[in-house]
Amino acid sequence: MRIVVDLNRCQGYAQCVFLAPEVFQLSGAEALTYEPNPDDARRLQVQRAAAACPVQAILIDRLNGAERSVTS
Amino acid sequence: MTMPATVAELVRTFKANGRIVIVGASLAGLRAAEALREEGFHGSLTIIGDEPYEPYDRPPLSKQVLKGWVPADHTKLPRLRELDAQWRLGVAATGLDRATRQVRLADGEQVPYDRLLIATGTRARQWPNRTEAALEGVYTLRSRDDAARLQQALVARPARVLIIGAGFIGSEMASVCRELDIPVTVAERGSAPLVGALGGVIGKIATEMQRDHGVDLRCGVGVSSLEGDAGGHVRRARLSDGSTVEADVVVASLGSIRNVEWLEGSGLAAGFWGVGCDAGGRAFDINGVVTDTVYVAGDVARAPHVLYEYQFLAMEHWDNAVFGAEIAAHNMVNLEPDYYPHLLLPGFWSGQFGVNIKSVGVPPFGDEIVFTQGSVKERRFAAAYGRRGRIVAAVTFDHGRWLEYYARLIEQSAPFPPPPPGWDRPDDMNPIPADFPEPGVPTAIPDVVLTGHDPNERRAEFRPRRR
Repeated sequence: MRIVVDLNRCQGYAQCVFLAPEVFQLSGAEALTYEPNPDDARRLQVQRAAAACPVQAILIDRLNGAERSVTS
Repeated sequence: MTMPATVAELVRTFKANGRIVIVGASLAGLRAAEALREEGFHGSLTIIGDEPYEPYDRPPLSKQVLKGWVPADHTKLPRLRELDAQWRLGVAATGLDRATRQVRLADGEQVPYDRLLIATGTRARQWPNRTEAALEGVYTLRSRDDAARLQQALVARPARVLIIGAGFIGSEMASVCRELDIPVTVAERGSAPLVGALGGVIGKIATEMQRDHGVDLRCGVGVSSLEGDAGGHVRRARLSDGSTVEADVVVASLGSIRNVEWLEGSGLAAGFWGVGCDAGGRAFDINGVVTDTVYVAGDVARAPHVLYEYQFLAMEHWDNAVFGAEIAAHNMVNLEPDYYPHLLLPGFWSGQFGVNIKSVGVPPFGDEIVFTQGSVKERRFAAAYGRRGRIVAAVTFDHGRWLEYYARLIEQSAPFPPPPPGWDRPDDMNPIPADFPEPGVPTAIPDVVLTGHDPNERRAEFRPRRR
């Protein structure tokens, strides 16, 4: 799955870190780092983290992994 | 037929049958494509990108990717909706013919458009000496491939990494090296890290932060040359103060170059600072006349900003790409009076040495700074930048929750120094000079730049006066 965190919006409340510690980590007191393409098995965990974010900074892909193939 | 009916009919027809081409398949290009479909655009949509990859996010590259936690190919951007687009990836746009409305591709193909979005962004400035830049072990960092290569180099535990340039990316890379316990030297031509973006007062704090974490930071020096061994691998750098640094990995972090070369001859106001456009993303031609068919978004755009004396502002910021793309997309499929303005207060973040640095506004527009909250000693504080009695920007170190407060003040051009929000006040709240480098002093170019008022490259042909 794919996520992106709007780090302009993120204020380091760290709810996501508690709910999905393998995906979200704090570096220091406030700087969030995360795995942008976590394993699909973590989808529910990540969705809970996104829902719990007080500033709604976590964006999850809405195609459920069924994205169209990209041709070049 | 009444005029409003005509406009509505034009918009309806275009949304059904128009042809839109987006050049640039990164954050701005993707979000523009999604926004176009959200706006009800059902015509043909083509996205052209020079990299062979679908859109990915760049900020993680200098942080979690370099550190080795996240693989470089794990930064693909989430898709917010189906696009039904033609993707032309791995092929660069090489020319634009506005008369015939065609984009020329590197493989010779011509792609016709009714509306064009330019979102070609920037690329890393390479080490200027080509022979030295070609040495093994010399890197830059902008793309996913760059990040993968550099990360591999760090896995091999180099004896020392030399980073040339202490802007945000350079400083973030130095931070990662220290987290990995790799010795690192940072050479910065300016007086301090981040000095171009945040000024000397904050630069001094950034200096202490780097040195506390064991970075061998050398300011006020340039790198004169890089030297390789017999095998063509970089081994040492000679600095302008006569000293040398032994390093087997060298990263040139010299800022970015806007990708505008493909627009040469197109008659657009494209130049060093990007492509001039109005606040709705509509591109200017070289005469300063706004076009109706060509739009610009993201790092490559520069548009007048109401808060900063209508100077053209160039922003290499993540949310500028997102919001600029959405506004351009809306305006591409609408007509006056339904245009939206892209009125964004610039903002960015940088995680380094365990500290979250965030900023709003345009710090270099200010000439004074005042600490308003927290403690510099503990490296958690808020500070505001002022100019002529008005607040124009703010920066926080591990104090991001307060940034909104300052953002609102900046949007209102509130007085400087601003009233602090009420608690946690530092002892000294007197404004002091922000200490930005004089224009012309070589240092990293900040990633938000006021570029003046001139939208074109002085290639306009002036019309003779009538007698």
